[in-house]
Amino acid sequence: MDITTLPLVALADLFPRGIAQYALGGLLIGLGVAVIYLSTGIIAGASTFLESTLSYVSTVPRFNRVKYLASRNWRVVFTLGIVGGAAIYALALGEFGWTTNVQWWRLLGGGFLVGVGTRVGKGCTSGHGVCGVGSLSQTSLVNVGTFMVVAIGTAQVVAAMGVAP
Amino acid sequence: MSGDDDHGFASTLAILLGGLVFGFGLGLSGMAKPEIVLDFLQFRDFGLLFVMGGAAVVSGVTFFVATNFLNHAPLTGRRYTRRLKTFDKNVPIGGVIFGVGWGLSGICPGAAYASVGLGNVAILWAILGMFLGAYAQGFVRSSRTDESDAVTATSSD
Repeated sequence: MDITTLPLVALADLFPRGIAQYALGGLLIGLGVAVIYLSTGIIAGASTFLESTLSYVSTVPRFNRVKYLASRNWRVVFTLGIVGGAAIYALALGEFGWTTNVQWWRLLGGGFLVGVGTRVGKGCTSGHGVCGVGSLSQTSLVNVGTFMVVAIGTAQVVAAMGVAP
Repeated sequence: MSGDDDHGFASTLAILLGGLVFGFGLGLSGMAKPEIVLDFLQFRDFGLLFVMGGAAVVSGVTFFVATNFLNHAPLTGRRYTRRLKTFDKNVPIGGVIFGVGWGLSGICPGAAYASVGLGNVAILWAILGMFLGAYAQGFVRSSRTDESDAVTATSSD
């Protein structure tokens, strides 16, 4: 084998699906944040939607604080936008109707822990991971570093136990 | 629409547009598919580094330019600020809980909403779980606050 092709071979192993759609998708995620931020000054995270939406139906004081009542309407609009944007992508590229094979109990149990963890830890992959890291916030860098390491460990353990998909 | 953060039709349109671009990006990047996230966490495909990196670079440049060279957002008059949450022990604790959930399911909030847009009905399990988790956390936190308020009369959060 020609020695000069070795780095390319290794790179292909790391990125079996290529990198184009990942990089372009990431830039668009950042662009969506930028559109909202530059026009309104609002820093858009996806997870506060959980608490602010619960304020419509729950009397628990935690969900009815002023900051959630004040932001719950635009958060619904933002979330409908996310659903709609993904639908446009899926319809345009013929993927609409794609369904995950990950088992329901993993989705439900994992979702529950994500719901708890994002509220305890003050943010999620968009709030901390995109906006917080983009702000060079040490709080966000600690949170992202923590959930990244723990998620890798968890996924490896689950796979090693033979759970798939 | 009503509420202190609502600033009229133009703001609502801007937020909708931003959400559409954000959601399109989540779809294109594969984040809306738990399988791709799990492939990353199991070291089978490192593409997700480009998703988070690309998004953070764009938001980082945007925040830097706006906070240093611009004053107020045109549609709301809000001042441009960075996202700086205070650090306490809950930040790493929440990160650990979030990490176990993300590693188990391959799903996080924004990506889960986007997955609905793909027509992925199964993802409703994850969204149900997220609402149950957020409700449980808020319920417990509210109960504790009530107790501590009764004793110390200090404000929460």
